[in-house]
Formats: sequence, structure tokens, C-alpha cells
Amino acid sequence: MVPLSWYLVLSAILFCLGIFGFLLKRNIITIFMSIELMLNAVNLSFVAFANYWNQHAGDPGVSVVPLSGHVFVFFVMVVAAAEAAVGLAIIISVFRTRETLNVDRVNLLKL
Amino acid sequence: MTDDTLKLWLIPLLPLIGAAINGLFGRRFKNGVVSAVALLFTAASFGWAAWAVYSIWPGGPKPHIETLFPWITAGSFSAPFGFYLDQLSMIMVLVVTGVGFLIHVYSVGYMAHEGGYYRFFAYLNLFMFFMLTLVLANNYLLMFVGWEGVGLASYLLIGFYFSKDSAANAGKKAFIVNRIGDFAFLIGMFLIIQHFGTLNYDGVFGKIAAGHFSPESGWGLFTVIGLCLLFGATGKSAQVPLYVWLPDAMEGPTPVSALIHAATMVTAGIYMIARSHAIFNLAPHALEIVAIIGCLTAIFAATMGLAQTDIKRVLAYSTVSQLGYMVMACGVAAYTAGIFHLMTHAFFKALLFLGAGSVIHAVGGEQDMRRMGGLRKKIPVTFWVVTAATFAIAGFPPLAGFVSKDQILGETFASPHAGKLLWAIGVITAGLTSFYMFRLWFMTFFGEYKPDADLGDAHLIQATPDAHSSSAHDDSHAGDDHSHGHGGVHESPWIMLAPLVILAVLSIGGGLVGWPQFLGGSNHFEHFLAPVMKPPTTGGEGVLTSTLVVRVLEDAVPEKKSESGELVLAGISVAAASLGLFFAWLLYFKKRDLPDRITSKIQGLYLTVLHKYYVDEGYGLLIVKPLLALSTVVFWRGVDQGVIDGMVNGAGSTSKGIGNQLRKMQSGNIRSYAAWVAIGGAAVIAYMVWLGVSK
Repeated sequence: MVPLSWYLVLSAILFCLGIFGFLLKRNIITIFMSIELMLNAVNLSFVAFANYWNQHAGDPGVSVVPLSGHVFVFFVMVVAAAEAAVGLAIIISVFRTRETLNVDRVNLLKL
Repeated sequence: MTDDTLKLWLIPLLPLIGAAINGLFGRRFKNGVVSAVALLFTAASFGWAAWAVYSIWPGGPKPHIETLFPWITAGSFSAPFGFYLDQLSMIMVLVVTGVGFLIHVYSVGYMAHEGGYYRFFAYLNLFMFFMLTLVLANNYLLMFVGWEGVGLASYLLIGFYFSKDSAANAGKKAFIVNRIGDFAFLIGMFLIIQHFGTLNYDGVFGKIAAGHFSPESGWGLFTVIGLCLLFGATGKSAQVPLYVWLPDAMEGPTPVSALIHAATMVTAGIYMIARSHAIFNLAPHALEIVAIIGCLTAIFAATMGLAQTDIKRVLAYSTVSQLGYMVMACGVAAYTAGIFHLMTHAFFKALLFLGAGSVIHAVGGEQDMRRMGGLRKKIPVTFWVVTAATFAIAGFPPLAGFVSKDQILGETFASPHAGKLLWAIGVITAGLTSFYMFRLWFMTFFGEYKPDADLGDAHLIQATPDAHSSSAHDDSHAGDDHSHGHGGVHESPWIMLAPLVILAVLSIGGGLVGWPQFLGGSNHFEHFLAPVMKPPTTGGEGVLTSTLVVRVLEDAVPEKKSESGELVLAGISVAAASLGLFFAWLLYFKKRDLPDRITSKIQGLYLTVLHKYYVDEGYGLLIVKPLLALSTVVFWRGVDQGVIDGMVNGAGSTSKGIGNQLRKMQSGNIRSYAAWVAIGGAAVIAYMVWLGVSK
């Protein structure tokens, strides 16, 4: 069986990929995808922990609320879907007005 | 004894109300209303003062004190707000309100066509308030309030034509020079507080009278206090070395010169010395210096008056010289004679200034005597009153000036401290006084009227800054504008002449109240002031101290003189005055070309006198310039700009620098914010991992 730490390491790697993508990429779509990557990295660690605690349900000192980790994952998914809808709409309107997807050019509010 | 039956506080308060009304609302009033308010409150003040004096006449041996409320209390020291009426302040308060009222009346005519009419009367009433506070105060601190207040009023009125540079500068000069004297006065007051614990007159003089001071503790102290008070008086009363402000003060309107710079304010120093006579009597050395300063001032100013051609400046130097007489009288412990001369001087010098104002008014603003002449027939009333005043100041019997001046000279002669020398200088000064006053008289009223006279020695005058200002004054007529719609020389209106006539009567007859015994009089004035000026009664404790006090006092009080000797002295001073009259007649009436010939012979000396011995220039070189340089380099550039501005600006620029660095975090770049968040998150995680590892 795959131990918990592997999932956590994979989750951390995915999260860091998301961070660096967010920080380094110029394309707004890529940045958006990086955010999704970070969300899903967190989802992965939620599911991994939920599974881990369910296996240790009978151990002394451990009290588990059933499905608590999974609920969070679904919650994140819903929020991410809503965010994707709003975010993509913003991206489209930005592209229509600015004719670019480079975030460095979308800086009218900067002093 | 404190009772408020007399309501003395009304005397100074009434002019203050007048000043407030005119100062606050006068701009909207017609001139008639302004003058009515000013005259009404001044007259009311005079009336109340006269009533107060009348109701306690002739005043007991003890002063009438009214304490209104405690004013400043600090520890065991307390200065009340109270008023003090004894024979000395009775005389002062009557002179101030009486002469002040007459000058107010005169000003109504004189200032009728001037701008700032309400402002003038508001200031004049304000001056009355402070002057009355000064003479009625029952402690040195309240006196100092009045002392500073009259300085303020003087400043405002000298600079009345503030758009004229010379007037504004003269005001500043008067104010600053007076501050120097006030500083010494303050030091004197601090010493009095330290050693007496009070500033109240009755407290201080009571302690002296009770003989609380032994020679070891007291003598040097009294000398220092006396010198500090004297130096304060040299500022206010225009004595050497601080007299320089008074001649410049003539930039103010002529009624101001008469009221403030001749009759009342400048006598505050003499009043203060006379009031403090108990202190001075215990300090023989200080008294000697008082006498020397007074004598020096008298002769010094008299010689400077010889060469002046501006009619008001001649009178200004004459004022300084007469004030010197008064101080000299105080210096030989003849306070009564000093106060007597103060009173008669107030009459005839106010009259001279007002008469000069009337002359200036008549000739259309001209102040240079060389452009006058022959005015005797054209302005006869002015001529006669000025004649009375001239004979009075020159010291011809039986006019007021003779009586008081002769009394001073007689007392000086009898003084044990170098009295003969001081007396000789005093007599010479009397001769000079007579000469320059009759010079003024002849130049103004005799000969021919020559309004367009060519002032031949313009090249000499060019060098004097004062002459610059007066010629600028002639050109512009900016402030003192009397050329209002009249063709020729004309007599002043009666509202100006009436005060002149009253003052003339006082100048002629004012001496009778102090008519000396050797001429068959009874010298009421001296007997009247005797309760104030009497030597303090020796207290019970400290027999040794008391006898010492008595001995010193007997030393200072002049010995009794023989009547025939006094007659001779009076004869000598009249002879000196006649000599002055003769020479003035010779030089300025009989042989008019003689003065020019003489001055060209002794041009160096003449120029020195014309430039007033270069005292102003000397002060400028020795004091003003170094102080200015020190202030510029050290205090302005160094302390103010370097340290103080440096600290303030440094605080500003430091925060600005820090802000400049911190500002870079907030670039407005989303990704850099995200990077900061990521780094922060990483730091938190690292910390938690470190916590877990170290457990």
C-alpha cells in the first residue's frame, strides 16, 4: 500500500508547480491553470488525509468525523468551478479590450 | 490700610474703555464721534482723579492703598493687583490726566485731516491707560506692566505713519532700545524679590524703614538694585547711554511727541527713581552715578541741540537735556526738586511741542527752521504762547522753569558729592538751553518768512541719515500732510489754541506752588511731598543698623543753605540764561551772517555736533553690526538653520527615506505580492517544520 507521505510529497510538488507557474508565467490562461493546479494539490492532500484517518479509525485517541475530508474536496471543487466561470469571463473581456493576454500589459491601475 | 472708597481703578479703566470703543468700532464712526469718545473718557478719568485727590487732600502720612485682588501668587511671593495713591502719585496722576486731556483736545484739531483718525485716538487712550497704571500701581510688577504698556503705545504712535520707512524704523528703534533698559529693571525687580520677598511698595519700604538691613548684607545689594533701576530709567527716560531713541521718536505726530515723548512717558524713569528713593538713599554710590548720568545727559544733549535745524529735533534734545536735570536732582537726593521740575517741564515742554505743531501746521508741514521766520505777525497767538514757554524753559523768573530749575541747581550745589562741579555743568547747560531755545525762537518768529530758502549746506546734510529722512518727508508729505487747501500761513483753529493758552498759563504760573522761601514764598510743593520723601523712621530693632541708616541719610540729604547764598545761585543761573538769550539774539537776529562764518571756521566741531557726536554711528559699528553678524552667522545660519531646522527637517527626511524603501514592496505588481505571500507562507512552514524537528 502506498504510504501517506508519498501523497503528501506529490501534493507539495504539484502546489509548488502551481506557485511557480503563477509567479513566472505571463499568459493569463496559464496563470489561471496554475491556480487550478494549486487547488487540486490541496484537494489531493485532503483526500489522502481522509483515507489515512479512516484506516486508523479504531485506534485509541483517534476520533474521526466521517467524510469530513471529502466534503471539503467537493466544496473546493464547487468554488473552483464558480471561479473558473467568472475568471474565464473576465479573461475574455480583458482580451476583447486589450487584445492581449500578457498580464504585464494589463496594468492600467498601477501607479 | 486698604479700602476702596475712592475706586482708583476707574482712573486707568476709563481711558481703556475709550481705547476699546475707538479701536474696535472707530473705523465705522465719524471723526466727531471718535473724538467725542476719546475726549469724554479722558476727561472722565481726569475728573475722577481730581475727585479722588480732592477727597483725601492733602493726604496723610500714610498712602491710600486699594488692593483689588491677588494677581500672581507663587509660594510665599505674591503680587496683588492694587493701586496706591500718595502725594507723589497724586501729582503724577494729575499731570498725566490733565496734560493728557489738553493734548487730546489739541489733537482733535491737529489730526483733523489725517488718515487713521480713530486709530490715533485709540492708541492715545491706550497710552493713558498704561501710563495711569504705571503711576498708580502699588507694586513694582504692576508698575512694570504699565512701563511696558507705555512702551508699546509709544511704539505704535511713533510708527503711526507706518508706510513711511523712517517712522517704522524709529518705532522699532525706540522699542528695542527700551528693551535693553527694561532688562535691567527686571533684574532689579528679581533682586528685590529675592531680598525683600515682595514687590509691594509698602512691603519693601516698610522693611527698609524698620531697619532690617545690616551694612554687611545690605549696602552692596542696594547699590546693585539701585544701578539696575537706574539703567531701566535710562532707557525709558532717555538718559545716556540709551537716549538715542528719543530724537528719532519725533517721527510720530506732534501731539504724540508732546504727550509721550516730552510730558509724561519719558518721565516714568524719574518717577520710578523718586518712588524708590528709600532704596537709593541706602546706596550712596548708586546715587552718585545717578547724578553723574543725569549731569552728562543734560550737557551732552544740550550741545547736540545747538546745531539741529529741525524744530522738533531741537525740542527733542531739549527734552533729553531737561530729563537729565531731573535725574541729576534725584542723584543728589533732591527728589522733590526732580518731581517739581518734572511737573513744570510737562507744562512748558508740552506747550513747546504743541506750539511747534501749530507752527508746522501753519507753514504747511515744513519742519526745517531755516525755511521759517517772521511768523510773529502771522500767527500771533502761537507766537505768544511759545514765547511764554521759551522764557519758562530758559529759566527766567518768575516763570515755572526758573523755579524748578533753580531748585535743582541749588540742591546740587549743596550736595556733598562733587556738588560744585555738577552745579557748574548744570549752569552751563542752563546757558546752552537758553541759547538754543532762543535760537529756535528767533529763527521761527523773527526775520523774514522764506519758505523756499535754499538750504546751502546740503552737501553737509547729505551724510546724515536723519536729514535724508526729513528731506524725503518734505518731498512726499505722505503722512504729516498739512498742505490741505490753504494758500498761505494761517493761524491754527481755536480747538488747538485753547490747550496752548491753558498750558501757557500753567507754564507762567505753575512755579508759584513751589516758590522758594528765599524769595518770600513758602514752597508748598516741597511741604506737600514731604510725607513721601521724608527719611524713614528708624525702627526698634537693630540700634546699630538704624543709626547707620540715619547717618547715611544725613550724609545724602543736602545741608541747609543760607538764603543769601541761594539768591546768589539764582542770580548766576538767571545770568547764564540771559547770556544765552544775548548770544542767540546776536547770532540769529542782529548779525544773521555770523553763524555761517562761525560754523565755517570750526567746521570739524560743527559737523561733529551736527552728526550728534556720531553716537548713532558708533552704536551701529560697535553693537548693532557685531550683533547682526553674530545673529546671522551663529544664531541664524548655525543654530536656527543648522540645529533646529536640521532636527525638524532630519525627522522628515528620515521618515521619507524609510518610506521610500518600504514603498518598493507595494509596487502594484500582482505577481510580486504573490511572491511575498509565497515567501511568507514558506517562512511559516519552515518555522513549523523547525519546531517539529527540534521537539
